[in-house]
Amino acid sequence: MPTPPPATIHPDGHTDGNALAGPLGELFAVDLTAAATSCVGCGRRSHLAELHLYSSGPGLIARCPGCHDPVLRLVRTPERLILDLRGTVSLSVFLPSPGE
Amino acid sequence: MARAAIRRRLTGPLPWRVAHLVGRRAETATANTLSLRLDDWPGHLPGQHVDLRLTAEDGYSVQRSYSIASAPEDSMLELTVQLLAEGEVSPFLVRDYALGDPIELRGPVGGWFAWEPDDERPVLLIGGGSGVVPLMAMVRTRRALGRTTPFTLLYSVRTPEDVYYRDELERGDDVGVAILYTRRAPPGSRRPPQRLSPNDLPPLTERHPVTYICGPTGFVEAAAGMLVDLGYDPDQIRTERFGPTGA
Repeated sequence: MPTPPPATIHPDGHTDGNALAGPLGELFAVDLTAAATSCVGCGRRSHLAELHLYSSGPGLIARCPGCHDPVLRLVRTPERLILDLRGTVSLSVFLPSPGE
Repeated sequence: MARAAIRRRLTGPLPWRVAHLVGRRAETATANTLSLRLDDWPGHLPGQHVDLRLTAEDGYSVQRSYSIASAPEDSMLELTVQLLAEGEVSPFLVRDYALGDPIELRGPVGGWFAWEPDDERPVLLIGGGSGVVPLMAMVRTRRALGRTTPFTLLYSVRTPEDVYYRDELERGDDVGVAILYTRRAPPGSRRPPQRLSPNDLPPLTERHPVTYICGPTGFVEAAAGMLVDLGYDPDQIRTERFGPTGA
């Protein structure tokens, strides 16, 4: 059976925001990874899927690929899910076309 | 089926489902394709992934994302899992997960790294190691639907023994496939074993392709950087990275 994860991974071992699709799917009915975001730190526009994702800590931290400021943090406790959107000015989400 | 997936997502948050293992085949000495049966699978777009969750008797739980390898038209949902010796989840999936056993799964998820079969733009696929898995789902979907969208697949692997889906890739349909060996190439290969370089990438033509790159973080960033240096539009490049946490 699974054992607890090793305490450290490669210090810069990021993946990307594609892996947020499942965790954010617990909260949102539309896919947010294809949404565009503007970084508070540098103004760069990225899709959530393009953010650099760090998952070795207690939660998930998604950072701007340009300035590395944290854009989004998602932490799960036994009782709640905490979403911190400190680094995004706005999120722009494509809606499915009518009739779908 | 893909449309159904999007429609379902508008009805509520993403549920965990129970899948059962109904088949397993070796792709290489350390990678297995798992065939899963789910009731009420809503369909998917090629390139999407699922999250799997394992829970121990003491309640400790761990989850990982795996790309879907099969086309939506295939009868079973297939995932190809690379064994990582230090991993928590992949050793269980590759060695211990038995036929008939259940597993918790949610998905399909991810709308960014996905190919829409109605998109007529040429497609360039670049995979590093097990990063070929979601790209194979795209190739399989194109074939299943009989599309003629121009497809090129560049597949970077260490040695000939590490190639997934070889028979299918060498079937000789109209997908341009180049396998690029980084450590050891088959005898008689013209290209010496080496990492992906700009010389391996197709020059831009009038019809700018949409490009999907999947692999370890370093590979993805190197490949995307080379394309941009060659003049490819960064907005037409979609990337998916996996790293040590993907174990």
